[in-house]
This record gives sequence, C-alpha cells and structure tokens, in this order.
Amino acid sequence: MPQSIPEPEFDELYRELILDHYRSPRHNEPLVDADVVAEGYNPLCGDEIELRIDFKNGSVSDLSFGGRGCSISRASGSIMTDLVIGKPVADVRKLSELFNKMMTDPEAEVPEELGDLEALQGVAKFPVRVKCATLAWHTLEDGLKQREEGGHAVRHEE
Amino acid sequence: MTIDTMRLREDFPILKREVHGKPLVYLDNAATTQKPQAVIDALVEYYSSYNANIHRGIHALAEEATGKYEATRQKVADFIGAPDASNIVFTRNTTESINLVAQAWGRKSLSAGGEIVLSTMEHHSNLVPWQILAKEKGLTLRFIDIDDDGQLIAADIERCIGEKTKLVAITHMSNVLGTINPVREIADRAHQHGALILLDGAQSVPHLPVDVQELDCDFLAFSAHKMLGPTGVGVLYARNELLEEMNPFMSGGEMIRRVQLEESTWNDVPWKFEAGTPNIGDVCAFSASLDYLTDLGMENVRAHEIELVQEAVRRLANVPGITIYGPESAAGKGGVVAFNLEDVHPHDLGTVLDHHGVAIRAGHHCAQPLMKRLDVVATGRASFYVYNEPTEFDALIEGIEAAARLFRAPVHTGA
Ligand SMILES: Cc1ncc(COP(=O)(O)O)c(C=O)c1O
Repeated sequence: MPQSIPEPEFDELYRELILDHYRSPRHNEPLVDADVVAEGYNPLCGDEIELRIDFKNGSVSDLSFGGRGCSISRASGSIMTDLVIGKPVADVRKLSELFNKMMTDPEAEVPEELGDLEALQGVAKFPVRVKCATLAWHTLEDGLKQREEGGHAVRHEE
Repeated sequence: MTIDTMRLREDFPILKREVHGKPLVYLDNAATTQKPQAVIDALVEYYSSYNANIHRGIHALAEEATGKYEATRQKVADFIGAPDASNIVFTRNTTESINLVAQAWGRKSLSAGGEIVLSTMEHHSNLVPWQILAKEKGLTLRFIDIDDDGQLIAADIERCIGEKTKLVAITHMSNVLGTINPVREIADRAHQHGALILLDGAQSVPHLPVDVQELDCDFLAFSAHKMLGPTGVGVLYARNELLEEMNPFMSGGEMIRRVQLEESTWNDVPWKFEAGTPNIGDVCAFSASLDYLTDLGMENVRAHEIELVQEAVRRLANVPGITIYGPESAAGKGGVVAFNLEDVHPHDLGTVLDHHGVAIRAGHHCAQPLMKRLDVVATGRASFYVYNEPTEFDALIEGIEAAARLFRAPVHTGA
C-alpha cells in the first residue's frame, strides 16, 4: 500500500480496485473483425482509446478496450468492459447515463447497477480528471450510435 | 551560487503557502512564473495612485500613467537590446504577438507559392497561426525535424530554408525539451535567402540573456507572465521598417491619426498596433519585473538554471524507469526537464506530486506534433526559475517514487 499520502480524498481517487484494473486491464486484447470500432480522444491530455464492439441479438456480445491513457481512464474502460458485455444495448445506455450522473455529483448515492464503477466515485471530486473517467463511456455511446446508423468507424473527442 | 535563493524567496509571498499540507514546490515555471512583492505592489500602486487612460488625458493622472506606460516600453527595449522603444508593441501575450505578425505582416506580404519554415518542436502558438495563413494564402509549411537528442537537425535546416522561404518562425528555446536553438545561424541562413525570421521567445527571454541585434532577428515574441510579470501583457519586437510597412492588426481608437467617415490614416508605430485602451496597469507592473530581473542579471539567472537543470537531471536519472527527453548537455538546455516514468501516466504522476506539494505540468504542453515525434501521448515536465533550489528536488523525487510504488504491480515479498 502507498505510504505517506495522508489525504482521504487522495485515497478516494486511487482506490485499490482502480489500481488493480489499471495494472491488469480486462478485455485488453483487441477484437478481430469487430462490428464497430470506436476511437476516443481527449485533446486535453492526448489520451487515445479504442473500443471494438460486437453485437448479437440487440446486445453487446463482446467488447475490447485498448489505447493509451491514465489510471482513471484505463480503469474506467476496463470496468466498463466487465459490466457491459452480454447486456442489451438499452441497458448499456442506461448504465452510461447513470455513470455520467455519478461523475457530476460526488455526494449522490451510487445506484447498485453500477457495480464496481462505484470505485470511480471519488473522481468526481477532481474536476480535471472527470473527463478521464467519462472518455470510455462517451466513446461507447458513439459506438452504439454508429451501430444504429449502420456505419463502422467513429471517433469521439472529449 | 550566484543567486542567493534563500534571500530571494522572501520576495515571493506565494512561496510561503502550503499545498495539501506540504510546502509548495513550484516547478511549473514554463507555464507561468510567480510574482515578487515588488510586482504586486506596482500593480496596487497603479490602481491606488495614478490610474487613468493614457495618451489622451491632459490631467496629471493621465500624464503620469502615460509616462509610466511609455517608460516601460523603453525598459523592454533596453532589456532585449532593441534600438528604440518604437520597436516594441504591447500585446496580450506571445500568442497574440505571433498572430499579429501573421495577420499584419503575413497577409500583406506573402503570396501563393511562398514557404514558411517551422520546426517540429513548436508550441501551438507558433504553428496554428501559420497553418491558417498558409491555407488562406496558398503557402507551404516546411518543418525542421529534431534528432534523438532533441536538437534541430542541421541538414534539415539547410534543406528547408531556401529560395522560396519567406519566413522562418522558430522557437528560441523549447518549452518541452529545453533545447536552445542555434537561432543566430538560422537567422543568417534565412537572411541569405531573403527571408525574415521570427523568434518565439516565450521561454528564452525570461531565462537567457537575449539581444535582438546580436541574434539579428526580425520579430521576437514573448510574454510578461513567464518572467515574473503580470498576465495579460505580451511583447512583439519588430524591426522598424517592418512595423512601418505592416498593415494595422486591430483597429479603432488609439491606433489612428485622422478619421473620416469613409477612411482613416494610421498612428505612428508602435501605437498603430495598439488599438483601444491597452492593459495599462499590467504594463506598469511589468516594469517592476524587468527591474527585478535586471538587478539579478540575466547571466546569473542562466547560470542558476544551468545548476538546477544539471542537478534535476542527475537526480531524476537515478530513478528506475525514468525517461528524460531533450538535450543531454545542460549547456544547450534551458531550465526545463520533460520526463516519463515507466508504467505511470503523467497525469497520475502529476496528481501524486500535487499531493506532495509539488506543482509540475503533465500533458502535451501545447506541442502535440512534438509529442507525436517523441511517440508519447504526454510527458511530465518540471521547469525552474530564479527562486528554485536543489533541495526542492527532494520532494520531487519522493513524489515520483511514491507514484512508482502506487501504480506498479506490487511485488509480493511473501510477508
Ligand atoms: C514556447 C512557447 N511559445 C508560446 C507560448 C504561448 O505563450 P502565451 O500563452 O503567453 O501566449 C508558450 C507558453 O505557453 C511557450 O512556452
């Protein structure tokens, strides 16, 4: 565990679960021949992420997350993959909405559906880092939209 | 040390504050510097004793304010070795100074087929205005690349600057790598081909002795806020003939001589380029920063930063997993160190350091093409100034080591 960092807020930002997803991101291997490829870019920090999404019967059947980003953006994307795979698109949209809400209100109670994303709640107290957390979700939303519109590659900019 | 930092730090009230319960270690000087009490006092003095609009009033306050504003112009001219105060135009910042040249000189004097030579280490401020101008006028941009030591490639300088070159716009000192470019040689080559040279002096003027006549540059742009001065004041130095032939930049009050309903004539230089009420208070306060730096001596400022950058590089290089970007030798490097720590994103590093009281910059430093060239998305950057001292690097190194412990996979010791 880290030493000499007494601030509670700081520990709230870098929760162990976040560090774990950062060090060993899930679904990190890019999907081959994915239905949709969505790129996300945060011009503020230069971070670039790539989502590859497969769909089946109205659900997100598989999802990979890769690219270059900070611990918050990587953990957010990694937890997202765990949570989203196998869920109907409508439910995924709902999760995204709940997550965005959580990022704008650090005090609000975290709905149960968000599961491990709860670990990211502390990020809301660090305004400069909120975009790191939302990049993956906004990129996913763009990917879903792209699927609806029948296109293939999209690029989201924060 | 030639600069007595312990004494000097007393002049900077902000250095007494704490951040997250730790003494502030301010290492973000390339972004903006802190201000000595003398500059803060000068600003207060302006507003509490001679605030007035300049150049037009006939009352005592207006005369005093005009006198102080114009005296600062002379002081700026002296500071950079300009022949005359009329070579100095006040703007808002470096960015505006460069835009002024692109608009007032570039739009008038450049035409399709001409080339502007830049480098891959430019700040967006010295890149985007030229991109826009190039699109509008059908110009070609050419880029001098850097080598692995972060130096401009000499052969590239020769290759890029030629008969079609109309302007070389280049940074004197990189805000990321710290590289101090051989701008006199570049100026000579530009002039041999009948081209002009603009220096982005945002990082050089605050940190090195700069003499525009020795450097033989045609334009020089810099910002007061990066040299102990207030925000909101920039400088454009230009040779007199150029200012005379250039179009106005903004128009309206102050920059005119005679206004008729259908047309107008322009004021003399440099006022032709200062439309509307300028930032009088901050220009007057900038005067105090110039005095402060002149008293220290720019040679001493540079010597102090060489010591700092040597020590910083030495300490950082000892941290496992550190990559340092830019020139190896401190002789050709300003007080800036860009670096990355393996397995740790610079933003995370910045957040951890902040909680150790250490302010660094993390990101692309407004130099995205350079980041691409270095094949990174971002870097950390520590940058120094007159009030920094080597003992402050203890907190920097501690913070970096804490970040390494936090973000790297824990090594199980079996305990
Ligand atoms: C090399 C360089 N050029 C230009 C600028 C822009 O300066 P300003 O933001 O004061 O216009 C900066 C600083 O940010 C810089 O470091």
